[in-house]
Parts: sequence; C-alpha cells; structure tokens
Amino acid sequence: MTDDATLARRALARQRRERWLAHAALGLGVLVFAFPIWITLVGSTHDAATIGRGDVPLLPGNQGPENFAIALGEGGGRMHTSPAAGMLLNSAIMALTIAGGKIAISLLSAYAVVFFRFPLRMLAFWTIFLTLMLPVEVRIIPTYQVIVDLNLFNTYTGLTLPLIASATATLLFRQFFLTIPDEYVEAAKIDGAGPLRFFRDILLPLSVTNIAALGVILFIYGWNQYLWPLLIINDRSMETIVVGLAKMIGSGDSQNEWNTIMATAVLAMTPPVLVVVLMQRWFIKGLTETEK
Amino acid sequence: MDRKVFFKGRALPALFLLPQLAVTLVFFIWPAAQAVWQSLLQQDAFGLATEFVGLENFAEVVADPAWRGAAANTAVFASSVAFLALAVALFLAVQADKSIRGAHIYRTLLIWPYAVAPAIAAVLWLFLFHPSIGLIGRALNAAGVAWNYQLNGNQAMLLVVVASAWKQVSYNFIFFLAGLQSIPKSVLEAAAIDGARPLRRFWTVVFPLLSPTTFFLLVVNLVYAFFDTFGVIHALTKGGPGKATETLIYKVYVDGVDNLNLGSSAAQSVILMVLVIALTAVQFRFVERRVHY
Repeated sequence: MTDDATLARRALARQRRERWLAHAALGLGVLVFAFPIWITLVGSTHDAATIGRGDVPLLPGNQGPENFAIALGEGGGRMHTSPAAGMLLNSAIMALTIAGGKIAISLLSAYAVVFFRFPLRMLAFWTIFLTLMLPVEVRIIPTYQVIVDLNLFNTYTGLTLPLIASATATLLFRQFFLTIPDEYVEAAKIDGAGPLRFFRDILLPLSVTNIAALGVILFIYGWNQYLWPLLIINDRSMETIVVGLAKMIGSGDSQNEWNTIMATAVLAMTPPVLVVVLMQRWFIKGLTETEK
Repeated sequence: MDRKVFFKGRALPALFLLPQLAVTLVFFIWPAAQAVWQSLLQQDAFGLATEFVGLENFAEVVADPAWRGAAANTAVFASSVAFLALAVALFLAVQADKSIRGAHIYRTLLIWPYAVAPAIAAVLWLFLFHPSIGLIGRALNAAGVAWNYQLNGNQAMLLVVVASAWKQVSYNFIFFLAGLQSIPKSVLEAAAIDGARPLRRFWTVVFPLLSPTTFFLLVVNLVYAFFDTFGVIHALTKGGPGKATETLIYKVYVDGVDNLNLGSSAAQSVILMVLVIALTAVQFRFVERRVHY
C-alpha cells in the first residue's frame, strides 16, 4: 500500500537519514583534520619525559606555560636551539615583505600594461607570465648562484626579493583593471587628472578588495616558504620558523625535546591559521580568483 | 580584450614595469637560461675545466637507475596525493553542500589546514606516526603491525602521501564546494523527479557537471605534489629510508646542493622545467578560459 502519505513519510525519513549521514561524515572529516593539530597542542603542554616514554595522553597537561616560554626564549631540540621569538619575527618580515612586494610591483606592472600603449608591451607581459612556469624548485642552483654573485646570501633582501615577482598577481590585477569602464579614464582626463593621480585616487581605492584577498593568500605563501630560506639563510639569527622547526626534528629521534618542538609547531602555524580563519571571506575570494 | 582609452607617455609605464621585469629577468629568466646552458656542460672531477657535451648529461640522467627510481617514486607519490586529496575533498564537499544546520561551521573547520606549511604538516604527522613516541605509531605496533617508517620504505611513502594530501584537501574542498553550489538546483530537482536516487544523481548529473573543476584541480594537485611537497619530504624522511621517498625535486636538490654535481642537476632541472611548462600550458589551454591575451 503506497498512498501519498506513506510516500511523503518515506521521503522525509530518507531526507532525515541523509542529513544525519552528512553530519556524521563531516564530523568525521573535521575530526581527521583536527586530530593532528589537537595532538600537537596536547604535546606542547606535557613534559619531555612523558612524551619520550611514548605516553602522549589525549588531554592537555599543565606544562604549557613552561614549554611555550622555553620555546619562545631558548628553543629546543638537541641539534638545533634557536628561540622561536626571533624565528617568528623573521618569518613575519619575510611573509609581509613578500606579500607587500608582490602586490606593489604587480599593481604597477598591471597598470602599465592595461592603461598605456607602448612598444614591446606584449613582450613585457609575456615575460612576466613566463615566471609562472619557472618555480624556484626547477632552477635551484643557478638562482642560488645569482644570490651569491650579488652578495645577497644571508640577507633579508636575498630571502625575499627573488620571490616577489608575481605572474598570478599581475594577471589578477590586469583582469580587474580591464573591467574598469573607459568612462572613468575619460572623466579623469577631462578633470585634468594625470596617470599618477588616476592610479592613486581612483584605481587604488577600487582595488582594495582585490588587494585584501590577494594579501591573505600571499601572506600564507610567504610564511610557508621552505626551500628558498633553507638555501639562502644559514645564519641562525635569520632563520624562519618553518625551516627552524624542521631542523629541530633532526632525524626524528625519540630523545628530542618533543614538548618544546610541539610548542614551536603551534607557534609556527598560529599566524597563518589565524589569518585564514579570521579573514575567511577574503581568503576564499583570493583563492578562487587567483586560482592558485 | 583591450581598452579603448589610454594615457599617453612611455616613460611612466616603463618605470612602472621596471621592478617586476628586473626581478623576473635577474632571478627567473637568467637562472633558467643558466640551467639550460649548464645542462649542456660537464665539469671534470676537480672543477678545473668545463667542456661542452651537448645532450650527454640528459642521456646520463635518463639512463641513471637512481633517476628512474626517483621518477617512479614521483609517479606513485604524485598520483596517490592527487587521488587521495581529490576524492576526500569531493566527498566532504558533497556532504557540506547539503542543506544541513551548521554547514558553515564545518566549512571553517575544514579549510584551515590550507594555512599549514607542508613542512609543518610533516612534523604533525611525524608526531602521530613516530614508531616509539607517536600515538598511532605505537598503537599500530601494539596491534602487531611492525610500523616503522624510518626503516620501511612503503610505510615512509604512505606517510609522506598522507601528510601531503591532508594539507591539500582544504584547497580542493573550497573549489569543489564552489563548483557544487554553482550547479542549478532545478537540474537536480529534475533528476529527482525522474526518480534518480541520490547516488545515481551524483554520478550521472553532478559529477559530469563538475568535470571542469575536477580537471583544473587535478592539474593543480599534480603541480603541488611535484613541486610544493619538497618540505614534507625534507622534514619527514629526507628521501629515505634508502631512496624510497626520493622524488625528482628532492633528487635535484640533493645532487645540486649536497653532491655539487652541477651538470647532472641542471639537466634534471631542465627536464622538470619542461614538465611544469607542459602542465601550465595544459592548465591555461583547457581550463583557464577566463584569461584572454
């Protein structure tokens, strides 16, 4: 007997079952994703002996303040002992310089390519575009050689300057500039505003949303650099936290001061994670619009 | 697509282009050209003399069993990472796309691993799977599985795959969710009215409509697995045990930086360059239709 009421009841039951399934699957997903972080947090609040014995509990202990104080002020790991405070500062300098630098030079070059006519315009554009195809990983040694030749080894300039060329940022700004109506340019011209004035008073304010979205993505990109700082910096006082953390692990010995290492890991991922969570809207916009 | 109204002048645009072009030429084009040039040269054992050897370095690299091993590792690694990260992300995105309460909370909780650096992801997973101090590593050993990624190559590979994929799921999730949300509800309702069950609806309607997103993500994930996972491998296994997790990128690094074998390292770099250029070309030719030149 399948009258309308039974069919409706069945449909409702199926809907409820499906929702319950979705909650279960997502809950499980969140658990799998959060578990490594949770255990890291837990590890940062116990003493080294507990962890070294292999007795990592599932709940936080009471050594947190001490561990974080040691991680920030002294550092840990038997092979590597840079205090995290300095490394965090270096990472912040690197991330902000890279993000700011990429945005600045990409805004300028996109502006030049879109709002002017000049010979070799397309050649310039394609040269910039080419960088997309040459990640640092495929030209390690020669780029390193350039840095050494220019005396930029172990400098903040060497650490950041080569990474601020950006084809993606230039492409994004170019796309955006192309959507700005010609009338704006004409109006500016009639009002006697030159190209510099137009850039500063009209284009920049219109680009704020794009700059914010891109800034979030590029900050994370800069903060998470690994291979480049590994090559360019061997002065410990200039080490960034991601590289420093990996060095603390050494060969993964169980006698490591894992509590300090875990506290450093928490410190290393907090800034970019906070940026993503707090600026979620910009983050998603930046990600889906640059598409990488 | 171009503008019709322009500003006059040549000095200003040249000045504005200068910083970007200078960085590009000095740190991208010049080193890349150097890599190509070096790949055609060979140095003697003392580094005193260099001679032009044509494609000999390439022939040596391709014939080298160590390079072939690294290429095989890279193939296994990259396809596993891409498949795992895409499959998990698609599954979670489909769940999050359902109209359930708290969907945005789940979304927030699933996207933040994007912010974790690959090298840090490696540290987190190492702490879980360490054979003597890791929670899961110890549990596995207690359960009778001889788990030690520091000795067992397959286990090491599994661990770097999981750590790398874990980080990439967030990225894929965001794109799949956006793709799912752009599918008109009327299409799904039509399929439902025709009597298609949810699973059938997914495979015959939703999945085909998502295929541009999936293809785009596949390319991005492969690029990620080839190039951005250096940190995971360097922090977690250093290519070991033996050479079980040595990928092509890792080998370029070891041969160039540790072994100072410039000719061979340059030849390997050039091969990888061709690979990136091919992948980027595919991405822009078939996927990125929104960019016009």
